[in-house]
Amino acid sequence: MTRLVDMLERPEPNRRGFLRGAAAFAATILAPGVTLYAFGGEAPPVRAPGTPVSSKVRWGMLIDINKCGDGCDRCVTACRDENGWGSGGSGETASQWIRKVTLRDPTSGAKREAPVMCQHCAEPPCVDVCPTGASFKRADGIVLVDKHICIGCRYCMMACPYKARSFVHEPIDDQKPWAPRGKGTVESCTMCVHRIDKGRAPACAEACASEAGGAMMFGDLNDPNSEISKAVAARANSQIRADLGLDPGVRYENL
Amino acid sequence: MARAAKVAMALALLFAGSALADDGAGRTPVPNIPKAKGEHCVRDNAFMRRYHMTMLYQQRDATVHDGVRGGDFSIAGCVTCHAVPGADGKPVSYSDPKHFCRSCHTYEAVSIDCFECHASKPQEPQKAAATNTSGANDLAALNAYLSGVAK
Repeated sequence: MTRLVDMLERPEPNRRGFLRGAAAFAATILAPGVTLYAFGGEAPPVRAPGTPVSSKVRWGMLIDINKCGDGCDRCVTACRDENGWGSGGSGETASQWIRKVTLRDPTSGAKREAPVMCQHCAEPPCVDVCPTGASFKRADGIVLVDKHICIGCRYCMMACPYKARSFVHEPIDDQKPWAPRGKGTVESCTMCVHRIDKGRAPACAEACASEAGGAMMFGDLNDPNSEISKAVAARANSQIRADLGLDPGVRYENL
Repeated sequence: MARAAKVAMALALLFAGSALADDGAGRTPVPNIPKAKGEHCVRDNAFMRRYHMTMLYQQRDATVHDGVRGGDFSIAGCVTCHAVPGADGKPVSYSDPKHFCRSCHTYEAVSIDCFECHASKPQEPQKAAATNTSGANDLAALNAYLSGVAK
């Protein structure tokens, strides 16, 4: 995570200041027209039953780390409760689908926190290296592990620059019916596919909006009229390790 | 005379056979399949006996890769209808020999790996209520989410 700190230090004062002003202006106009595909706001709404996912949609997230509370881990607990990854390892082997990362700028002393999970890259290195085809990208941009095919080699964990994936080391019991997970397979944030398929936002974004700072905006990056696309276009935001050219679907504001 | 003996033997065999089939604890063990909830399964018994594994495979690929949910052959559906209550009245997990999958699979000596990852019993009601997609919950979640985004 030292590179995250490097990104904070990178001086871009003029451009940033200009865009921040623009963002404040844009936010006031955008706020009233809040619509999200996840709740069937506009076409395409929730897919009809039996229809496969389409690449016309690309799910993504925009996380404003200015709104991300100091020490708040509501997104992490919401994810854990939703997907039940509290078990299956202890200490260093414990699974972690989403975690809070603290960023410090040593020169100014500025401290920020940001949730980091699978970034759902458009060019996912985990998919490139997977020897069995278990690691795959769904048509709508969500990167998943097909645990039926995963042999637990953990090559994807090595390849992921975000350390987003975990390996289940111990037998698990009492999984959630919608989030199967088991010993010997790799797992990571699924962007709550089971919820998205039913037209709901991921658990972390929902919990953050209702019980915390509302830092996480979820939506369709491919639709120019979606709230998230407008925000991404209007306000300065960045991807972690954008230099790798992976085009993550999770973007950060004020990083 | 010989004909009468043949008939008697046939009758005796028939009787012995039906006696064995009736009694699960007889010389030939037979799987004791627990009764499931509901009127009937998603397909008829003969089809389910022969093809349940194929259908499960097919639906799992459609779900994982294409996001097609809510088909007839979901493993969660099997587990919900066929749950067997244990001594405490709660559904038993796959580790219990009474589990509906094990009642046949142990008999056939076919091991299945499904429940190393999948839940082998239905979600407990109070937890399910917290995450189900009932209208009221959805509306509340939607309002909360939207107000959060608008902030």
